[in-house]
Amino acid sequence: MADNSDNKVKPPERQYPDPAAKLKKDPPTTGHSWDGIEEYDNPMPRWWVWIFIITIVWSLGYWVAYPAWPGIQRATSGVLGYSSRADVAAEISEFEARNEQFFVQLVETDLDGIHDDDELQRFAVNAGASVFRAQCSQCHGTGGAGVQAAGFPNLLNDEWLWGGTMEDIHETIRYGIRNEDYADARWSEMPAFGRDGILSEEEIDETVHFVLSLSDADHDADLAAAGAEHYEMNCASCHGDGGEGDYFIGAPALNTQVWLYGGSYDAIFESIYYSRFGVMPGFAGRLRDAEIRAVAAYVHQLGGGQ
Amino acid sequence: MWDYIKLAVLGGIVVVAAVAASMARDLPYLVHMLAIMLASAITFIWVLRRIGEPVPVANENEYMDGPIRYGVIATAFWGVIGFLAGVFIAAQLTWPQLNFEWAQGYLNFGRLRPLHTSAVIFAFGGNALIASAFYVVQRTSAARLWGGGLAWFVFWGYQLFIVMAATGYVLGSTQGNEYAEPEWLADLWLTIVWVAFLLVFMGTIIKRREPHIYVANWFYMAFIITVAMLHIVNNVSIPVSLLGSKSVPVWSGVQSAMIQWWYGHNAVGFFLTAGFLGMMYYFIPKQAERPVYSYKLSIMHFWALIFLYIWAGPHHLHYTALPDWAQTLGMTFSIMLWMPSWGGMINGLMTLSGAWDKLRTDPIIRMMVVAVGFYGMATFEGPMMSIRAVNSLSHYTDWTVGHVHSAALGWNGMITFGMLYYLVPKLWKRDGLYSLRLVSWHFWLATIGIVLYAASMWVTGIMEGLMWREVDAQGFLVNSFADTVAAKYPMYVVRTLGGTLFLIGGVIMCYNLWKTVVGSSERKPATSPVPAE
Repeated sequence: MADNSDNKVKPPERQYPDPAAKLKKDPPTTGHSWDGIEEYDNPMPRWWVWIFIITIVWSLGYWVAYPAWPGIQRATSGVLGYSSRADVAAEISEFEARNEQFFVQLVETDLDGIHDDDELQRFAVNAGASVFRAQCSQCHGTGGAGVQAAGFPNLLNDEWLWGGTMEDIHETIRYGIRNEDYADARWSEMPAFGRDGILSEEEIDETVHFVLSLSDADHDADLAAAGAEHYEMNCASCHGDGGEGDYFIGAPALNTQVWLYGGSYDAIFESIYYSRFGVMPGFAGRLRDAEIRAVAAYVHQLGGGQ
Repeated sequence: MWDYIKLAVLGGIVVVAAVAASMARDLPYLVHMLAIMLASAITFIWVLRRIGEPVPVANENEYMDGPIRYGVIATAFWGVIGFLAGVFIAAQLTWPQLNFEWAQGYLNFGRLRPLHTSAVIFAFGGNALIASAFYVVQRTSAARLWGGGLAWFVFWGYQLFIVMAATGYVLGSTQGNEYAEPEWLADLWLTIVWVAFLLVFMGTIIKRREPHIYVANWFYMAFIITVAMLHIVNNVSIPVSLLGSKSVPVWSGVQSAMIQWWYGHNAVGFFLTAGFLGMMYYFIPKQAERPVYSYKLSIMHFWALIFLYIWAGPHHLHYTALPDWAQTLGMTFSIMLWMPSWGGMINGLMTLSGAWDKLRTDPIIRMMVVAVGFYGMATFEGPMMSIRAVNSLSHYTDWTVGHVHSAALGWNGMITFGMLYYLVPKLWKRDGLYSLRLVSWHFWLATIGIVLYAASMWVTGIMEGLMWREVDAQGFLVNSFADTVAAKYPMYVVRTLGGTLFLIGGVIMCYNLWKTVVGSSERKPATSPVPAE
């Protein structure tokens, strides 16, 4: 190939890269011209031909080594005996075998006893975290922080709806909340006070101010005083006289700064008017028991376990 | 007499479409029937107004360039629409808030994504292919297009298909097959248009005055015939009702997946590769004013390409329910396809030997060379990604998206831009383009845009592939899916920027072509009014 300075001075035919043609003139054409386009009768580049042949030969070899051509009953299986499904199964069973003792131990150990065994606890947290990222993170976030004010609970604090002991968490994961799939699912339902006409909008307004007062949020003292009566009549039986909540029926505490659906006036008003109905699926049967226990151990140690 | 038959048929279609629209079971079908009614009504009036007028005699010694001019305009128009849709959905992936609440069910990512892919592949690419095929086959056969007004039917019929497909996507009519989303009604219509396209093309080839068929026409022919076959086989379905858009596919399970990717991959192979190689084989030698490098190479790589391509589809289904043997065949045929693909690149690049200096002076040639360069890159990357081990990393990641776009923006986009810059002055009989400087701007904006796009997608693709497969010592997955999405954010910003640059280039091209057509080209008068000194 001529360098650039050659390019400028030499006539076009001498820039031709084929060394043989360089000395003389353009290679012969095929003799046709279409709308002024001609074709050189150049040979195919040797490297092109050779690489093409090599890829063909390589493919022939690959067909011998791996499953390749279908017959009437079955395809050729290849001399290496390769099977993508067998490979995956082998890889999975290798880890299964390695982890088997822990899974057995997880099921056999008392729930509260898991964290007493350091090695088992480490395994459970690790396995539980992995399952959590695949199964739980869609709602509770990859780190377990939930989605603020959107009904997806934060699991990092010590505020619990249905209790924060290993037993409580485990049961919540097993059967879920307010789903139709499990008879043992946790269940409770707050009335829609506004929509169902139990309280007037004015009464709800007063109640909201009282609820805000429980956690010392900004509120109108007069309205809150009026709301106290409605609260005692309608809410206290579940949420407690002081808004301390009740794990047994999943009634959230109202006297803290933690709000499942937001702690603004509007959010609380909507909660009382329409009620809320958060649902969580259960995992018994979908995950194996050891995995559910591992997730419970993982969630328990996130920060708020009791 | 013939005119009256036409009127009767068109009038019949208007009535039938109106009745079908009034009885429509769903909104997309209603809209499609109204579109058909409107199109037939306009044609009806058009025919009616010309009744009794002397039929213009087509001069057999002149090329039929009307549909090509329209095709060039449609190519540029749909190109910008498609790029715009692409930039918008790239932005939606970066900033999900752009999936506006008020536009849910119409303008969310899921609805716009097929709109983007179909707009660029079938509207932009398809119009470019039809227009250039009509142009090239006439010039290289020394014959006027066969079939009288049939070429006009192909052009307008294809636009009607595009409108039906696009409205269908936005209104949620889809059969869920990637790149074959339109439902049965649009599919049937496309089949009719495509057969007409085939007839016009083959008719012109048959009545050619050149003794031999030029290589570009082999590729166009392979493209038209194979796409017809792919389209029909992949879209075999039974309509739920003749008054509704929904249909039930005949294929199911892994057979359906296999046929879908046999279709999908050969849509790439014959629509975006063979068809555009036909374009390349005409416009590069013309623009470079050099003979094609090697006739032997062109004939070898043509036959090797069309024989091997048709087998490569299973590489889209590695590690799925598809049996291992089919995966092996898909992979090995993809590897063997490497050199046949590169044959086109060699012929394109080597045709420029002896004219390399034009790269400095001619931004159109530069565009075509970059197109061929991206073609070469993509046709190396493709076989590499088809290797099972590589695919286990790349599959389902943005790497695939980057691969597709380096090919679609780099190869299909750039060669089409080159074609448009070549064709517009020729078709409108102008001395030259309005501005070569603007072509240079387009070239650099598009090239930088592609590089940003492809590079960002390689990074995110490999990153997310590694994150997905990362397991700890006990075999547990380390990352959640949402972690990988969050990690991709910066690269998504870069991708959106790259797409924006490409879009701006396209808009500049439209302006340049428009100024060329309206004739404000900065050209010197043919004869100088100043007497020679």
